[in-house]
Amino acid sequence: MAKAARKQADEAAPRRQPVETKIPDFDRLIHEKTRLAIVSALAVNPTLSFNELKAILETTDGNVSVHTRKLEEANYLVCRKSFEGRIPRTEYSLTAAGRRALERYLSHMEALIKATRGRG
Amino acid sequence: MPDVNEPAALHEHALDNLRYIRATMERAGSFTSIPGWGGFYVGVSAAGSAIVAQRFTHEWRSWLMVWLTEAVVAAVIAGTAMWRKVRRSGNAPLTSGPARQFFISYFAPLVAGAVLTLVLARAGLIGALPATWLLLYGASFISSGAFSIRVIPVMGVCFMLLGIVAAFLSLPFGNALLGVGFGGLHIIFGLIIARSYGG
Repeated sequence: MAKAARKQADEAAPRRQPVETKIPDFDRLIHEKTRLAIVSALAVNPTLSFNELKAILETTDGNVSVHTRKLEEANYLVCRKSFEGRIPRTEYSLTAAGRRALERYLSHMEALIKATRGRG
Repeated sequence: MPDVNEPAALHEHALDNLRYIRATMERAGSFTSIPGWGGFYVGVSAAGSAIVAQRFTHEWRSWLMVWLTEAVVAAVIAGTAMWRKVRRSGNAPLTSGPARQFFISYFAPLVAGAVLTLVLARAGLIGALPATWLLLYGASFISSGAFSIRVIPVMGVCFMLLGIVAAFLSLPFGNALLGVGFGGLHIIFGLIIARSYGG
């Protein structure tokens, strides 16, 4: 049943595009390694602090700062700033848009693997 | 970045990306500050306690006191070693989400074990204690291992297997299995963790 539906969908779909032309479809924002790691880490944690992200990514303050800001501007994550005593604390969490972006990116990767399987 | 124009390279690149996402999620969702050397020293201490306790298997109060003292010593060693590993490695703190999940599933069977120890001791069923301790300690590692490094649930299974055997043996043999478990397994897995997971 599912197989027949898939076959029908395949026939209805336009002729498969060459693999190379699929590249621009990628979400370039999270295609970047550090940003992909930030989104992935936040996908399995409700919130992560700046220092926790830094430890997971094994990177510098500046790097975390730059990439989280880009993701925040795209509305992929939200940032909450608070104080623990006198020490500022910054916490990040993924938005629904950010989670969808990661899901889309994963689907793209899976589709790419299927499309290129056996073609190398 | 690899040459994304070649289908083979593209395929590999996509696979690499998926592996990278998975590895990041595992690292971010796991509590990794399990102290290998701490486990090793707990093992050495427990092996010593097993030898001492073997002399008191006919006198249950002293036998129980040896193992309760060992539990306190082990908790101090493991707690200190874990705290030092977190500080040294820069891993997620002990209050992070995965750490909290790890500790909740680790301590739930241990609390059950503490209450059952009281119940069994009051009922005079001292011979059941080694199996109870080994089974529940193993269960705590199997459940908490879901939030930690992969070797932890394996260690839990080994403890539970010893517990199953201990369930059919008398106290002197059960005590020997406590030595094999709390001593031997801690030493072996402590060394594995210390070598493979940063101390």
